[in-house]
Amino acid sequence: MDFKHPWLPLTEDVKQEMLKSIGRNNLDELFSNIPEKFRLNRDLDIADSHTEIEVARRMQELAEKNEPADSGRVFLGDGLGMHYIPSATKSLAGRSEFVTAYTSYQPEISQGMLQTLFEYQSLMAELLGIDVVNSSMYDMASALAEAILMSVRVKKKRNLVLVPGTISPVHWRVVKTYTEPLGIDIQEIDYERKTGQMNLGDLESRLSENVAAVYLENPSYLGFIEVGVDRINELVHEANALLIAGVDIMSMGIMRPPGDYGADIVVAEGQGLGSPMSYGGPLLGVFGCIDDMKLIRQLPGRLVGMTRTSDEPFKRGFVLTLSPREQHIRREKATSNICSNQALIAVTAAIDTSLLGPAGFREIGETITYKSHYAANRLNALSDVHAPSIGDAFWKEFVVSFKGGVSAQSVHEGLLERGIHGGKILTSEFPDLGESMLISVTEIHTKDAIDELVNAINQIVNDGGGK
Amino acid sequence: MTERSEYRQARWDVPLIFEKSRAGTTSHQYPEVEDEIRKTVGALDSLIPKAMQREKEPEIPEVSELQVIRHFTRLSQMNFSVSTGTYPLGSCTMKYNPVINDWAANLDGFAWLHPSQDVATSQGALELMWELEQWLTEITGMDAVTLQPAAGAQGEYTGVMLIREYHRCITHECEQRNEMLIPDAAHGTNPASAAMAGYKVVVVPSSEDGLVNIDALKTAAGPKTAGLMLTNPNTIGVFEKDIEEIADIVHDAGGLLYYDGANLNAIMGITRPGDMGFDVVHMNLHKSFSTPHGGGGPGAGAVGVKDELTDFLPVPRIVRRSDGCFDWDYDYPRTIGKVHGYFGNFGMLVRAYAYIYSLGKRGIRTVAENAVLNANYVGHHVSAIPGFTMPYSKDAPRMHECVISAEDLLNETGVSAMNVAKRLLDFGVHAPTVYFPLIVPEALMIEPTETESKQELDVLISAFRDISEEAYTNPEKVKGAPYSTAVRHLDEYRAAHPKTLTLSWRMLQKQSDTEA
Repeated sequence: MDFKHPWLPLTEDVKQEMLKSIGRNNLDELFSNIPEKFRLNRDLDIADSHTEIEVARRMQELAEKNEPADSGRVFLGDGLGMHYIPSATKSLAGRSEFVTAYTSYQPEISQGMLQTLFEYQSLMAELLGIDVVNSSMYDMASALAEAILMSVRVKKKRNLVLVPGTISPVHWRVVKTYTEPLGIDIQEIDYERKTGQMNLGDLESRLSENVAAVYLENPSYLGFIEVGVDRINELVHEANALLIAGVDIMSMGIMRPPGDYGADIVVAEGQGLGSPMSYGGPLLGVFGCIDDMKLIRQLPGRLVGMTRTSDEPFKRGFVLTLSPREQHIRREKATSNICSNQALIAVTAAIDTSLLGPAGFREIGETITYKSHYAANRLNALSDVHAPSIGDAFWKEFVVSFKGGVSAQSVHEGLLERGIHGGKILTSEFPDLGESMLISVTEIHTKDAIDELVNAINQIVNDGGGK
Repeated sequence: MTERSEYRQARWDVPLIFEKSRAGTTSHQYPEVEDEIRKTVGALDSLIPKAMQREKEPEIPEVSELQVIRHFTRLSQMNFSVSTGTYPLGSCTMKYNPVINDWAANLDGFAWLHPSQDVATSQGALELMWELEQWLTEITGMDAVTLQPAAGAQGEYTGVMLIREYHRCITHECEQRNEMLIPDAAHGTNPASAAMAGYKVVVVPSSEDGLVNIDALKTAAGPKTAGLMLTNPNTIGVFEKDIEEIADIVHDAGGLLYYDGANLNAIMGITRPGDMGFDVVHMNLHKSFSTPHGGGGPGAGAVGVKDELTDFLPVPRIVRRSDGCFDWDYDYPRTIGKVHGYFGNFGMLVRAYAYIYSLGKRGIRTVAENAVLNANYVGHHVSAIPGFTMPYSKDAPRMHECVISAEDLLNETGVSAMNVAKRLLDFGVHAPTVYFPLIVPEALMIEPTETESKQELDVLISAFRDISEEAYTNPEKVKGAPYSTAVRHLDEYRAAHPKTLTLSWRMLQKQSDTEA
């Protein structure tokens, strides 16, 4: 009868002792409020228990059925950051004082987490050129959805938001899920077919007194750089709407920060700052806005603020602040329902950003520029292969398209046979681009790996698949 | 050994990392880009349009690797955690987070997997998620589970959207059924999630026993009702014994029954929401299934549903093909869509899988039993201490948590629940959740969880006893707490005041510029 397990400290005799001390005869009595007809009265139909070594074996066995990207031969980006993780980042972010705490409801014993999150907010603000960043959202997709909801709260009575026609299909779906029940209209702005740039004429014609916000991405989902940002900023603000910008945080060492071109709200995917892709989660929704109380009061999510002790001698300290925006106080009138966020991924990002410093951000930004352009340049030299097939200026990701009757799917399969994973296939979601895929190159891809990718695609496209 | 420790938290004076910066210091380097690559592509200026180049470097710190190590190591030492001590934060289920589970999630085969990879290269991940879905389906008594929501609140939102879709597509009453019934003792996320899905929130008051007031529920339920969001055991830690009648009232009115799984830890293997009549359930994998709370997240908020709602679940869904291989299926035209960019917080799913695999069917049931025993043990002994009572349903056993009221203590000594909470910090334990649920005056919501030993519980109880004695003899001592923590009481008013609001280093710099 006696079930023993390392995570369960109560022995049978201790249980009896405890029951006796509270005047109960047996454990069953503690469940007397559960109607008999709803008792399970059988074992759950799940696994039996296992010792740690057995758990380790099972987990290893499952992990080995995957072919992870640490091979440096996977050329996927698709909104995530495939980056080297410094050992110091991994070690510090794994400290169990950070890992096993919850939200810092008791600031006196949680200064470590609070200061780290304040530093996260501060570091992201510097990178993005903006004043305020909250202490995290789930991912960039839901951050964008919440940014749109926020813009509609700020711009009361306006319920139309314009987004780029090249928006990530996944971001589009999440945005639609969040905005549909509230009756918010989302429209796509047309883009120049050759360059990918936002069609400013179309933007202008759509701007009206009903537009709460315009969203722009830099670089875009398809990798190209949106260069008309200053004009977009003018147009959007002339229409008294808000400008929301989505950026790649890893590009911030070399690319103009969105605060610089008038963004009121900024979102980004922060996973690349020290966290692995982990099959798509946990990610990190970076969410910021300008220093304007009209906006700050509508921010979703938690905020850490700097303050000092109530009594002298005054000592600096940190607390959760402006919580009357949040669900535990405001309930159905809250700015969002978010409670648990991605704090540990934010902690990781703070550590990683501190390690990289401005020089690290510049180096990684430049390295990715060179390597991704090298890959595109070499691919474009192949016959029946065009890269980048939309836009000229790009960063990290670019579209490669295949001519001469070769499908992106067959390129993908040919690459897999050669132990290489190509980019995300775009053919069905962006039919205008023809047979195409979105290739991502970062600092983890060596020149040899890029050359192999190029040679493999050459074989597949030009030698009948090389099968 | 029940003597309490003379606990002291590390007290480092840690400046902001920005304040340690010295231009030119390096803590991480990347390899030089090969000459051949540079030669092929040309100068950077030709690759990034001048107008989009960053002119001024971001003003982030320049520090050495050791400075970073010391900075964050010291900060971590000023942070209370489950690894540090008892953390009886009610409703949050702060149980031990097994180290093996973190190890598993960090295996390259999981951590370095890109979600857009061909399923042929991610069969292990899919198998893990598929099997976890089966287990969670069985534990909750539902018919299908989605693992996509990234946290409990996102799970609630997903669940409420499923109810909305049901009334839109099946009964064609979406416009009419625009009210969500929510008990007054519910978590704040419930009304917030319902409002995000466009619902009007109708509050159902509690009965004198602290349970759902059946008469009030009957009055509230009707043709406008979309559903009832219920936590069971509820937030005072008592099982809603009239659950069958509650389910009937809601269903007879045409609504669906939503289970907030915040308190699932108490009933795993003993009873199941699906058997009690719930149509939708969310589970907090970071609570019952022990994935670490990470200082506020990431969590994971799996959602289970009955057959009539499966068509509406978020896409993609995992399917097992006839050849035994797993695949993602997007072909569900009636889906609510997506709530997460990918498949949810996969790293947390790995941990939850390892957790269930380790404990197994008997272990999972024992978890619930021991969690309930621990909560009753603490509730019984603390409520016997002068100044503390356990209001509502006095004779009913508590489940995973107990809510103690310090109302008597406040009336008799002037010491409030908040004062008690702060004084507990001096005793080396985390404070319980305070002032929630709102139906309990001066509430202290205690959830010890099953991973605390009797010795630790006795330390907790004796801390309450000592604080009560102090309150009656030297109340000012309690009111001045905490004393032994890294910082003393902080000025929250100043933190939130528009004139002193400081949310970033950048805002701090602006303020000192203005002052100068």
